[in-house]
Amino acid sequence: MVRLASGLAAVATAGLLWPTGEQVRVIEVDIEHSAFEPARITVERGEKVRFVVRNYDPIDHEFLIGDEQTQEIHEKGTETYHGDRPGELSIAAQEVAETTYVFTQETDLIFGCHLPSHYDYGMRGEIIVEE
Amino acid sequence: MKRLVLTITVLTSVLIATPALACGGLVNPNGTVALLKTTTFVGYVQGVEHYVTSFEYAGGGAEFGSIIPLPGVPTDVKRAGDWTLQRLVQEVTPVVQETNAFTAADASKSVEARVLLETTIDALDITILEGGGDSVGAWAKDNGFALTPDAPEVLDFYASRSPIFMAARFDPVKAARRDQQVGDGTPIHLTIPTPNPWVPLRILGLGLGDQARVEADVFLLTEGVPEMLPAPVKGADRGMILERSEPASELLLSDLRSDKGMEWLPAKDMWFSYLRIDTKAGSLQHDLAIDATGSGTPSPVAAGLEVVQGLVELPAPLDWRSLWLGVSMAVLLVAYLLGRRSLWSA
Repeated sequence: MVRLASGLAAVATAGLLWPTGEQVRVIEVDIEHSAFEPARITVERGEKVRFVVRNYDPIDHEFLIGDEQTQEIHEKGTETYHGDRPGELSIAAQEVAETTYVFTQETDLIFGCHLPSHYDYGMRGEIIVEE
Repeated sequence: MKRLVLTITVLTSVLIATPALACGGLVNPNGTVALLKTTTFVGYVQGVEHYVTSFEYAGGGAEFGSIIPLPGVPTDVKRAGDWTLQRLVQEVTPVVQETNAFTAADASKSVEARVLLETTIDALDITILEGGGDSVGAWAKDNGFALTPDAPEVLDFYASRSPIFMAARFDPVKAARRDQQVGDGTPIHLTIPTPNPWVPLRILGLGLGDQARVEADVFLLTEGVPEMLPAPVKGADRGMILERSEPASELLLSDLRSDKGMEWLPAKDMWFSYLRIDTKAGSLQHDLAIDATGSGTPSPVAAGLEVVQGLVELPAPLDWRSLWLGVSMAVLLVAYLLGRRSLWSA
């Protein structure tokens, strides 16, 4: 059964104010037909982003942020669930999940799904980190 | 509806390169049971299609599953004869035969998939489902199947035309109880009233990746020269190649008619076509539509070449018990796909 939150009104570029007064940008990412939309995201270095990832597919997916090396580790890894570390999510079929990530590094990053054969199928996107 | 009698036989057998690449749609990649070969025979007459498919048991201790999109709701599912499929293979493989050759044995996305029929044939648990791609996928997931990442798109592709699917799962416990041996086939026969016969081809590439090679032999038996879409090409090296197109021999028809449940097949005046599929999975984005209206124009929608707009009109609910006892159906079809899958080097 679809349990996607219909009330998620956050706009991709909307900004939220955390209780601390910290500015948090919300980016919505949809998954359908084993593809991310958008597949290219631009953030500013130091920016704090809350990713709201909605999985419209009848199969499970992942949303894992990291550089090439991190993606390789995930591809060979055996973790069955992600959600405890920032920027890592397991999203069950037709569910929605959220994670918050602060882009402190200078390099661009990748987000992908590493369930068997999903990454090779093309389930990846890029995050451009701008100064 | 015009009553053009069309018999199409599609016999499909798919050889799997690895257990995870079992044919059809749904596979348990962690299982030790592989669907080595799926053989399908379909028949259609006066709006009724007969669909015969066979699954070969590959042993092991886990369950696996496969899904086949159907052009309509089956009114009957039963065990098929033991050698119909083999006889069709023999027809296109005119080599020295062993003496025992004949004796061997969307609907709305928000709506949950509806189970129309459940039955067990030998060690195969068969479920006929009605629903959109998402709901059928969810049903499969809830029932222990694992879907490859391309499955959501492919299920939607089929559900947009016909929200009917057959899920088949070999139960290794039942197989062991029956002393079923590796390689033993379980043929099943579905009777499907439908005004628009088509042969699922795109499903053959499910889970293989765009560069994987899909090989299949498709045999058609019709009352006249069939109109097909996409039209097969004569003399081509790759793609969908028309290898033979000729009157069916009375010997072939007689042999087929003498198998269990095959009396619906006309005894003569049938046209035999043999198509060979040899292409990359990424190029096989369509099915094979066959004109059954007499207009000579196969439906581009049935071929998967045009997207259906709006919701699919679902067939009226069926009284399964009465249909179960029901009369013999007409004839149809005929499709036999003999498919072999192996990975192509990119």
